[in-house]
Amino acid sequence: METNDKATPTAFTAADYKNSQNARWCPGCGDHAILNVLHKAMAELGVAPKDTAVISGIGCSSRLPYYMNTYGMHTIHGRAAAIATGVKTANPDLTVWQISGDGDGLAIGGNHFIHAVRRNIDINILLFNNKIYGLTKGQYSPTSDRGTVSKSSPYGTTEDPFIPAELCFGARGNFFARSIDIALDTSRECMVAAARHKGTAVVEIMQNCVIFNHGIHTFFADKENRADHTITLRHGEKMLFGKDNNRGLVQHGFGLKAVTIGEDGYTIDDVLVHDAHTKENFLQQQLAMMDGHELPLALGVIRDYDAPVYDQEVDRQTREIKATKGYGNLRDMILSTCESWEIK
Amino acid sequence: MLQETNVKNVDKVVIRFAGDSGDGMQLAGNIFSNVSAGEGNQISTFPDYPAEIRAPQGSLSGVSGFQVSVGRDVHTPGDRADVLVAMNPAALKTNLRHLRPDGIVMCDADSFTPANLRKAEYTSDDPVEELGIDPRHILLVPMSTLLKATLEGSGLDQKAMMKCKNMLALGLICYIFDRPVEAVLNKLKKKFAKKPAVYEANAKVVQAGHDYAANTHSSMPVYRIETATSRPGTYIDVTGNTATAWGLIMASEKSGRPLFLGSYPITPATDILHELAKRKDLGVKAIQMEDEIAGVCSAIGASYAGHLAVTSTSGPGLSLKSEGIGLAVMAELPLVVIDVQRGGPSTGLPTKTEQTDLMQALYGRNGESPLCVLAAASPTDCFDMAFTAAKIAVEHMTPVILLTDAFIANGSSAWRVPEEADYPEIHPHLVSGDQLENGWKPFDRDPENFVRYWAIPGTENAMHRVGGLEKDFTTSVISTDGANHERMVEARRRKIAAIAKDIPLMEPLLDAEADTILLGWGGTYGHLLTAATELNREGTPLAFFQFRYINPLPANTLECLKKYKRIIVAELNTGMFADYLQMQLPGKEILRINKVEGQPFFVKEVKEKIIDLINNDHGNQR
Repeated sequence: METNDKATPTAFTAADYKNSQNARWCPGCGDHAILNVLHKAMAELGVAPKDTAVISGIGCSSRLPYYMNTYGMHTIHGRAAAIATGVKTANPDLTVWQISGDGDGLAIGGNHFIHAVRRNIDINILLFNNKIYGLTKGQYSPTSDRGTVSKSSPYGTTEDPFIPAELCFGARGNFFARSIDIALDTSRECMVAAARHKGTAVVEIMQNCVIFNHGIHTFFADKENRADHTITLRHGEKMLFGKDNNRGLVQHGFGLKAVTIGEDGYTIDDVLVHDAHTKENFLQQQLAMMDGHELPLALGVIRDYDAPVYDQEVDRQTREIKATKGYGNLRDMILSTCESWEIK
Repeated sequence: MLQETNVKNVDKVVIRFAGDSGDGMQLAGNIFSNVSAGEGNQISTFPDYPAEIRAPQGSLSGVSGFQVSVGRDVHTPGDRADVLVAMNPAALKTNLRHLRPDGIVMCDADSFTPANLRKAEYTSDDPVEELGIDPRHILLVPMSTLLKATLEGSGLDQKAMMKCKNMLALGLICYIFDRPVEAVLNKLKKKFAKKPAVYEANAKVVQAGHDYAANTHSSMPVYRIETATSRPGTYIDVTGNTATAWGLIMASEKSGRPLFLGSYPITPATDILHELAKRKDLGVKAIQMEDEIAGVCSAIGASYAGHLAVTSTSGPGLSLKSEGIGLAVMAELPLVVIDVQRGGPSTGLPTKTEQTDLMQALYGRNGESPLCVLAAASPTDCFDMAFTAAKIAVEHMTPVILLTDAFIANGSSAWRVPEEADYPEIHPHLVSGDQLENGWKPFDRDPENFVRYWAIPGTENAMHRVGGLEKDFTTSVISTDGANHERMVEARRRKIAAIAKDIPLMEPLLDAEADTILLGWGGTYGHLLTAATELNREGTPLAFFQFRYINPLPANTLECLKKYKRIIVAELNTGMFADYLQMQLPGKEILRINKVEGQPFFVKEVKEKIIDLINNDHGNQR
C-alpha cells in the first residue's frame, strides 16, 4: 500500500543527520522508528544539518534532539513551540522541527501550540501521541480516552480528551497529517510534506508506549487491522481502503460513510477524491475526526493549504520598513524623529 | 506693572499639572519642560496616573498628574510642587497634598460647578475654604470663559475649544516662570504642522493665558530659574522606557548581533515593546507573544539562533518567566530580561513604583541558578544600563536581569544624544574557526572567565545541542554524575563572579571620608543624591554611593564599606538590598530607610530619617 519511495537523491544520507549517541528509549518504544524515519526524511529533503534545528520540550519523545547531528535544543516542559518560534523568526533560513508528546504539546504547552498554529510560523511539529505520560511513569494525558485507568486516574478518567486534529483545525491550522510509528513510509511522506509546506505543519504520529500504554493503538495500527481501520489519503486520489482496496468513503448527508464498491449500488464514481489543498476545511475536518471504529482513521496529509507565513511576513515587513525609512543608525533615527535642542 | 512684580531667583522649581486623564496635562507639562531645557535648564518629569483607563470625567479616581522640575542640579521631579495647576475640583482635592505649604494653586474657576463639586465629593460649595487653602495662594482663572472669548469666531465648536484648555494653563505658567512664549509656539507649530487651524487656535490660547497672568496678577511672583551648564551636544527629552529600548539598539549596533524582543504587554513595561516594535525601521524584530512565558522562550530561541535577545516585563511577568530564565542559565545563552518594577505582590499597584523585585531577580529560580543583576539609576541611565546588560549577556554568555522601575521608566529627563564613539565595541563570545577545526565542544570554557562559546546555527561543523539537562564538564554530553554536577555548578558560579572584572569599582561620592555612608540602588538615585548633597551642605558630613551593579557587586565593595562606621541603605522595599549586603558583611550593622507606598522617596523624608539614624545610633562604636 505504501507506494511513494521514489525519493530524489540529495547531497545527504540519513547517516548525516544521526549522531553517535545511542537512543535511550525503552526497547520496543515507537520513538526509535520515528527517529529513524526522521533521519531518512531529512536526507530526502536535503536541507543541510547545519541549517536544521530540532527543538523539543520535556518528555520521552523530547529526548530526540540528543540523537540528531543537527542544531538542537532540549528545552523545558511545554515551551518547545515558543522557543521554536524564536529560532525561526530570528532566522527564517533555518528549517525548524519541533518534537513534542501529547502531554508536552497539548497540556502544559497547549497555549503555545494553538498560537503557533494560528500564527502560521513555518515550523514542523511532530506530535508523538501515545495518550499517556511516560517519563513520569504512567499518568493520563489530555489525549487519553474518557475512562482511562492510569496511576493518576485509578478509577478511570472523568474527562474527555483533545483530538489533536480538531484542536489544530480549531486554531485555524493549514497543515495536518497523521501517521503511525510503525507505518514508516507514511511517516516519511508526512514529514517530507510537512517540511515542504510553508507555515505551521502538524504531524500527529500515533506512537506506542510499550511500558505504560502498550497496545492503545492496536485496533487500527496492527498489520492485520490496519487495512480495514485506516485509510491513507493522498491529494487527488480516490479515498479507498481495505484489504482488497475495494472500500471507499462517500458523502452521506452532511457526513461521510464507508461503503464497499459494488455493494448497495455504490460504484467507484461515488467515492470522494481527496483535496488537501483547498481552503475549505469542512470535509478535511470530517476526515481528520474519523477514529478507526465506524470510519477508518485517516493517515497521510489531510490538509496542506498555503497561507501567509508568520516568519516571512515579519522578515518582509522589517526589510521593507527599514528600506523605506532608511535611517543609517540609532542616532540618525533619533535626530530625524525627536524634537531636539542644541547646547553649545 | 512690572516694577511691582515680585521676582524670585531660584535654583529649581516644581510644577504639577493635574486634571482628567483626557485634559492634556502631560502635553502641557512636556512642552513646558522641553522649553525649559532649551533655556538651559535641567529637567525631570514624572507622570502619576491611575490604573483606570478612563474613569468618569470629573471624578476623584479619574485624576492624573504630571510633575516636572526644571532648573539647576535637578535629579528628581521634586518632592512637592511650587505650583499646582488643577483643571477641576477633583484634581484640586486629590493633588493638594503634593503642593508645598507655601505653594501656589492655579485653578479653572469655571470648573467649580455644582455638578463637578458633587462628583468630587465636596460637602460645601466653596472648595477653597473646605480644603483650607489660603486665598492669597490661589489663582482662580475663569479658563472656560477666557477660552470662549479668545476663540470666538475661530469656527471651532465648544468641544474643540475646550481641548485647548491645557494650552491656556501652559500660557499662564509660562508667564509665572518667565518662559518665552515664542519657544512654546515653535513647538506647537511643529506638532501641528499638518493642522494649521489647530495650531492657530492653540497659539492664540497660549498667548491669551500668558497675557492674562501678566495683566491681572502682578502680585504673583515671577520666578527666574537658574540654568546649568551641560556638556555640549544635541539634547532630547527621553523617558526611561524609551532609553532602555534605545540602549539595546545601540548594543546591537556595537555587537553586530541583530536585536530580537519577545514580549507581552504589561504595565509599566509595555512602552519598551511599543518602541522596539516601531524600530523595525532599524531592523529590530520585536514580536508580541501569547504570554509572558512565550515572550522569554521566543527570546531564548532567538538567542540560540544568534540574536541579541531580550524580553521585557514587570514583576508578575518576571515570576512567569522564571523557568525560562533558568533554562538560559543552564544552556548558558545570552539573554537580557528587563523588569520594570511596580508595586506588588501579585497584581499589586500596577502603575506605582517599588523596588521589591530584587530578591526575585537574584534568587527566583530553582536550583543553583546565578545570573547577573543590574539596576538603572535614572531615566537616562536606562540607556547605559540596557547597553551594559546586553554587553555582559553576549560577552559572558549569561542571562542578565536589568531592574528599572515605574518611576524612572515613565519619568523623563534631558539626554544628550550619544555619538557612535561614546560607547565601546561589544565582542560576543563567538566560537572561532580554529576551535571548530580542533574538536570544539559546546561547553568548552574560556579559562579566563569560564565563559562558553556561542556557535550560531548555520555555521558549518558547529552543530550542537543545548538544553536544560546537566552536561558533562569535559565532553558536553548529558550527565547525571554527582561530582560532575558540582563542578558545573561551581563553573557557572565563577562565570558570574568573573563579571566583576568588567564592571567599575565602587567610588563613594560627596564626602567620601565621612563616618557615615548613604547607599541606595537603582531608581532612587536622584532623591538620595539630592538628600545627601543637601545634608552635606547643611553640615552633616555624608558619603554616598548608588549601586547599579547588584550581582556581582563592584569588586571592592566590601573592602570599601568596611571603612565606614555607619552604613545606611535607603530603598523602596522592606530591606532587600540591606539584607543582601548584610549577608556579605556579617558583624556590621546596616541601618535602613524603607518605604513601600508605591511612590518615590521625598528628599525631605530621607534627610530627616538620616538625621534620626545618626542621632539615635548607639549600635555602632565610634
